[in-house]
This record gives sequence, C-alpha cells and structure tokens, in this order.
Amino acid sequence: MMEIAVFSLLNGAVYGLMLFMLSSGLTLIFSLMGVLNFAHASVFMLGAYFSWQLSRWVGFWPALVAAPLLCGLVGAAIERFGLRRLHRVGHVAEILFTFGISYVVVELVVMAWGRNPIENRVPASIDFAAFRLLGTSYPFYKVLMTAISVAMFAFLYAAFKRTRAGLVIQAALTHPTMVSALGHDVPRLFVLVFALGSALAGLAGVIGGFALLTEPNMAANLGPIVFVVVVVGGLGSITGAFIASMLIGILQTFAVAVDYSLLDVFRAMGRVVDRSSPLYELFSIKLAQAAPILPYLLLVLVLIVRPRGLMGTRDT
Amino acid sequence: MSGARAWVAAAVLLAVLPWIPGLQSDSARSLLTQMGIAAVFALSYQLLLGQTGLLSFGHAVYFGLGGYAAIHFLRAVNGGWPIPVPLVPLAGAIGGLIAGIVFGAFTTRRAGTTFALISLGVGELVYAASLMLPGFFGGEEGVTASRTRAPYIAGLDFGSQVQVYYVIAFWLLVATAVIHHFLRTPVGRLCNAVRDNPERVEFIGYDPQRIRFIAFALSGAVAGLAGGLHAINYEIVASEALSAARSGAVLLMVYVGGVGNAIGAILGAVAITWLQVNLSDYTNAWLLYLGLLFMAIVLVAPQGLAGVALAHLRAFRARRLAPIFRAYAIFALPASAAALGAVTLIEIAYRRSTQPEVGAVLRLFGIPMDTATAWPWLGAVALLVAGVLVAKRAWPRVDSAWGAARG
Repeated sequence: MMEIAVFSLLNGAVYGLMLFMLSSGLTLIFSLMGVLNFAHASVFMLGAYFSWQLSRWVGFWPALVAAPLLCGLVGAAIERFGLRRLHRVGHVAEILFTFGISYVVVELVVMAWGRNPIENRVPASIDFAAFRLLGTSYPFYKVLMTAISVAMFAFLYAAFKRTRAGLVIQAALTHPTMVSALGHDVPRLFVLVFALGSALAGLAGVIGGFALLTEPNMAANLGPIVFVVVVVGGLGSITGAFIASMLIGILQTFAVAVDYSLLDVFRAMGRVVDRSSPLYELFSIKLAQAAPILPYLLLVLVLIVRPRGLMGTRDT
Repeated sequence: MSGARAWVAAAVLLAVLPWIPGLQSDSARSLLTQMGIAAVFALSYQLLLGQTGLLSFGHAVYFGLGGYAAIHFLRAVNGGWPIPVPLVPLAGAIGGLIAGIVFGAFTTRRAGTTFALISLGVGELVYAASLMLPGFFGGEEGVTASRTRAPYIAGLDFGSQVQVYYVIAFWLLVATAVIHHFLRTPVGRLCNAVRDNPERVEFIGYDPQRIRFIAFALSGAVAGLAGGLHAINYEIVASEALSAARSGAVLLMVYVGGVGNAIGAILGAVAITWLQVNLSDYTNAWLLYLGLLFMAIVLVAPQGLAGVALAHLRAFRARRLAPIFRAYAIFALPASAAALGAVTLIEIAYRRSTQPEVGAVLRLFGIPMDTATAWPWLGAVALLVAGVLVAKRAWPRVDSAWGAARG
C-alpha cells in the first residue's frame, strides 16, 4: 500500500511536471495575446516525433536540445505567418486558425511517420535504475526528466524576473499598448513568446514521448487535458497552472491504482446495491476505469464552484 | 423571392431532388440523406456560432445524446409502442434539448474563449463517460434498432432509401423554419445583440447569460434532431456520434460554408459531406486537404463559400465581374501549377508512409511516378515553389480588381 502511494506520487509528479510544461506555455501565450492556441498539443506531438527522428540521426543528447528549438521555430512561424494577419480580425478567427493547424499537423505527421505508433524507447544510456525505494527500483530517466523540467523552470523564472527582456514581456502581458508606446516592438515580443511557449511544448514532447505512446492521436489525446489544466488553474495564471498540473497529474496517477467502485463504498457503509438498481452500472465503475474522466469532472466542478479557476484573477 | 414563395420553392426542390437524373441511384440518394442530416446539424451549429457568437468544440454531445435518445425510443417502438417512424427524430430533439438545458445551465455562464474551452471539456467528459457505461451507450459497437419494425403509416415501411430521404427532408425544412422564425422573435434578435455587444444588452435590461442559455438549449434540440435523423437512417448509434471528430466536422462545415447565415451552413454541410464521401475514394490525404481548405478560408475568406459567392453576385450586378475574371485568368495559371505541385507532393509522401505495401509506383494525373526515385519529389517541389512565387506576383491584380469592384 505504502509502495503504491509513494510511486503514484512520484509518477504523478513527473506527469504533472510535463503537464505544467505544456500548460505554462499555453497560458503564457494566452495572457500575452489572448489567443487560445489549439495547435499547442500538436507542437508537443511534433516535439516527440522530432526527438525520435533526431535521436536516430545525431543521438539522444543533441536531439534533446534540437527538438525543442525546432518546435520553437514552428511556433514562431505559426505566429509570424498566420496569427499576425488574423490579430485584428478577432480571437475566434485566431482560435479557428490554430484549430485548422491541429488538423493539418496530424495529417503531416501521418505523412512523415505513418499511422502506427513509432517505437519511441528510452535511450539505453539513461535507462537504468537510479535508486531503490521500498524494494522497487526507480528509473534514472524519470529522475533526469524531473531534473530537466525543474531546471527549465528555474531558468525561466530567473529570466523573467531578472532580465530586461523578461521585464518587458511581463509588462506587455498587462499593458501592451503602453509597452509599444515606450518603443518596444510588441509584435516581435509576440513571436518570441509564441516561440518560447512552443519550445516548452516541444521539450514536454521529448519527455512525454517516452511516457506516452508516440502516435498521430497523441495531440488529440493530451490536448483537452492541457486545456482543463489551464481553465482549472485560472486562465493566464502560471501559479494556477502549476497547482492544477500537479493536482491533475497526481489525481490521475492515483486513480489508476485504486481498484474500488462506489459499490464497494456502499458495501463498507453496510448498504448493498444489487443489479436491479437503475444506477447499478454507474456505481459499478471502478475508480481506475474512471481515471480518464476525472480531469473533466474537476473542470465541471471548478466551473460551478469557482468559475474563474483556482488562481484566476479575472472573469474572461 | 421572399416569404412563402421561398419556402415553397425549397420544399419543391427537396421533393424533386431524388428524381433528378443522376440522383436516382440508391447511393446518390443515400448521399442526399447524409447531406440532409449534416445540414440539420450544421443549422444548429450556425445558430450557436453565427447567430449567438458561441464557439463550441463539443457540439457532437447534443447530436450524439439526441441520437441515443432516438435509438432507444426506436427500440421501444420495435418492442410495440404505437409510434410511426417519422416521429422518432422528435425523441432525439427532446434528448438534445434536455442535454442542452443540463449542460447549458453552467457552460453558458461564459462566452468567448472560456466557453470554447468548457465546451471542449464537456465534450471529452461525455465521450469518455459513454465508453464507461456500455449498458446505455453500447460501447464501441453502439446500440441498434430497426426502422422497419414499426407501425406503418399509409403503407410506408421505410425500407427504401428514398422514403428515409423524405423523412429527413421534411425535418430539414422544419428545422430551418423553426430557426428562421426563432431569429425573428425578440429573443432571436437579442441573440444577435449578445453576439455583437453583450454589455449593451445588459445595459438595456436583459441578461446575456439567459439569452445564451435559450439559444444554446434550442441549438441542442436541433442538434438532437439531427442525431435522431442519424439514428433512423443508420439504425445504429455508437459513441463515435459523440466524438470530438464529429464536433470538429460540424465546425468545419459551418465555417467553410459561411458562418453568417443558414444558407452558408447548409452549403457547407452539402459540400463537406460530398467531399467526405467522394474525396476519400480518391485519396488517403483528404483530411489534410480539408484542413488546408479550412485554414485558407479562415485566412482569406472568413465569410466562407457563401460569402465568396455573394461577393461575386454583387460584382455581377454592378457589372464589374469582367475585370475580376480577367485577373483570375492570369492568376489561375501559377496557382494551379502550385496546387498541382502540392497535390503531387502530398500524394507521393502519403503513398510512401502509409501504403508501402501497394508499391513505390503511383499513377497520378495519368503519369506514373516512382516514389523511390528523387525525380517526382524534385519536380513537385519545383512546381510548387515556382507556382507560389509567380502567384504571389499575380495576386495584386486580383486584389485591385476587387478593390475597383467594391468602389
């Protein structure tokens, strides 16, 4: 029991960090430009495919750096050649454009790498046990992934708080017209932030590619969860995105390990529900089976109880 | 044409459509039926996005739940309920309405981006839940029923495609009329007002949330009706009816056709359904073409195909169409070269990655191409690049011709 709890917590944290890497980029783009980037999960998927392809050409370590950079370029191109034209038309057009991209990227991935999942294995150089805990070994690559995520955030945090460019971006988040009046090139900042967010998504893709199945449906499977994270955390709040990512990561990982249903709960309380009950089917779902819908239930709950999200400051 | 005459014309058109030469085969009538179902669904989406300004990424929820309501109702009819088949889609509409009321109660509190996100979340929630409750939703295999085991009216057993077509055409007319008249009521007018300026609506004393909720519930009912039509046409409803892919498809239809009015929505439903059925016979990459078409529409023609057609009609009435067509003629050559290059590139890449077992040689436009050699790739890229470069230089002519036409 103890073992399951500890490992669920560890795995949940790794998954949560990956979600945060995705959602922080998304929420950054959203706060700056008001654009809900539907292509974000597609860039994440591209990160996984790029890293796999580049690993075969130049090895894992260079790929770890190059794949996110490539994704950053993709993001910059989406902003520069697509969204910039649509910015004055309105947010719906921008959302729809990124939605169109998400369609096209899936097909391009099929075109380049086929419809079947690719064998995206953890490279042998980092695939060994890092430590043993409660009699089970914990793989090194997960430790490495955690370290990379944490280091990335420490770096970003420092860059935002301590550098001039970071300060300008922070200012542009809240007062874009003022920043532009002071002589800063706000459209270029947009490209920069879009590239940064996409690179983060790409990095998450490199890491997520090992944990999840690398296949053309990858973006469609993960995309909605990232949106849930962003809404639950509060649109535009990085801290909220962090809390929500961890919450959902750990919640989902724990749920998978729990093999009880509501029937068992009722039985423990001394009430037996039999098959004749109209809700028998609903009650008999085990929590492990229900894990995929937990984030969405959380979303509905948050919307009813606290519509602006956990850390949201504004009603959008 | 206005008022009653337009409705009579539409009814006559729908009535004679399956008897027009070329459309008399079962497959053509089946295609017409699918277009009708898609048109009803697109109408409900147009009411939501075009008229009320709510961008939903989960509208299939109401289509699917309506479909399930109708298929379970049809099962009950199979079991002996004395209800004729043409009324079964009403069960779908009621199912969609209830779903719209339940989910609309909390999702329509917000508009804009937040609503879009929430609709996506609700869509995923319902889809995932449908896979968890196989008793009601039938899992991936779905729920089946028979439309022929029901009380006959006027000797109709609904065994043939054309009879089903008429049921669907009838409900399409009803749905169009309901939405048309709803938009002319004060509440309907307020839907447009909420889309354009919610603060002002609040200022004159109405509650935008309430208006969004009403529009959402009605849209849910019409989507449910479409689901009900789907149920009697296919005699099966599976969880695919609730999927994000279906939600995305209706968004594509309405936007490609033209989000501004019902005609655009119907046009989009007809065009995209036709593409889905026919293009998929020719190429595996049809989803890619559809996605590219959608992106092009968003970028260049936000009013959709209906908007493009209308602009040409206006130019024609103003007798300004000739210079536009001359500019088109010049633009068409490099543009079609670019398109040819792009299509070739896409097709040979698809063949190589998804169907290596068919062989490396592909016949395209009557020309055999060996995808294992470099020549088709180089040729396609050259055609694409050259076409795009020349087309870019020809575009200002088209642009200025349009500028002159608009005066």
